[in-house]
Amino acid sequence: MNVGILYSRIRRDEKLLLNELRERDHEITKIDVRKHQFNVHNPPEIFEGVDVVLDRCLSTSRSLYVTRFCEAYGIPVVNGPDTAETCADKVKNSLALASADVPTPDTDVAFTTEAALESIEAFGYPCVLKPVMGSWGRLMAKIESRSAAEAILEHKETLGHYEHKVFYIQEFVAKPDRDIRVVAVDGEPIAAMARSSDHWLTNAAKGATTEVFEPDAEALDLVERASDAVGGGLLGIDLMETEEGYTVHEVNHTVEFKALNEVVDVDVPARVVDWLEAQVPAETGVTA
Amino acid sequence: MADDSTITAEDPLTGDEIEVPADVEVGEIIDSPVSGAELEVVSTDPVELEEAPELEEDWGE
Repeated sequence: MNVGILYSRIRRDEKLLLNELRERDHEITKIDVRKHQFNVHNPPEIFEGVDVVLDRCLSTSRSLYVTRFCEAYGIPVVNGPDTAETCADKVKNSLALASADVPTPDTDVAFTTEAALESIEAFGYPCVLKPVMGSWGRLMAKIESRSAAEAILEHKETLGHYEHKVFYIQEFVAKPDRDIRVVAVDGEPIAAMARSSDHWLTNAAKGATTEVFEPDAEALDLVERASDAVGGGLLGIDLMETEEGYTVHEVNHTVEFKALNEVVDVDVPARVVDWLEAQVPAETGVTA
Repeated sequence: MADDSTITAEDPLTGDEIEVPADVEVGEIIDSPVSGAELEVVSTDPVELEEAPELEEDWGE
C-alpha cells in the first residue's frame, strides 16, 4: 500500500513508523504540509496514488485542516478529522468523555475572568487551569490561592490569544505521583506505561520517568470507552488513579510513542502498522 | 571523523562541518554540536541543513 505521511517535522516517532513501513515494502509518500496548497476542489498532486494518509502533523492547526481536506478528497485518513477535532480541544475532549459516562475530572468552562474566578473558588484550592489547545504540559497552572488565580487570569486575559480567554478550570486530582498513558488502536491497547514525577505534571515531555504498566479490567474498559467517545483510531489515552478508580483526563490524537516504545517489550510501531494494514483494505479495497 | 553510521553536513549558522546520522530523513531535526541550534534536514543527497522553525504554541501531540 502507499501510505501518505502528513508531517512538518520528523520526530523519532515518525522515523520509527517510516522504518517499519519500509521494512514491509510499503510505498511512502512524505507530505510536508508546509509545502503544499490545499484546494477546496482538487487535491494536491502529491496525494495521487496514496491509499491511506497517516496524520503525524506536529502542528495541531495544520492537523485539523489537512485531515478535513483529506476527508473531502475522499482519501482515508487516520485519525479522521472528527476525532482530531474532538481530541485537539480540551473542552470537546472533556465533553465527549463526560457524555459517554467515562469518568473524567470535573471541569468548568468560563468566558470572563470574573466567571472563571467563581469556578476556581467553587472548586477550591488547589485546582487546575489549562489552555483549551496545548500539549506537553505547557501553560498548565496548578492554582493554590485566590491571589495566584487573579494573577494568572489577568495574564491570560491581557497577554493571550483569544483561545486563552476560554478558561478551562478543572478539579485537581490527587493522584499518586504518576499517571498512565495507554496507546490504543480503536480501543484495543497496544501498550501502556506509567509516567512518574515529583512534579504535579507527569508528561514524558516534562521529563517524567516511565515504566511498564499492565492495564487491569477497569482500565481496559475505560480505554475502549474513551476511544469510542472520541471516534476511535490511533490514540493516546491518559488516565489517573484515584481512590474511586481511574479517571480519564484526555485522549490524544497524534500520539507520541517513542518513550513508550523504549520502556515496553511490545514493538509499538510494528503494532501500529499492523493496525494500519488491517484498516486499509477494508476502506479502499487495496491489498496491504 | 565520520564513521559508517554518520555523514557530514554543514551547519548553516557557523559553516562548520558537523556529523549527522547516515539515515537522516528530510524533515528530521538535528541538534548542532557546534552552534547548539536545532537544524532541519531539507535534503539528503547531499545532506543540507537549515535553521529549524521555532516551537509554535499549537505543536504537540
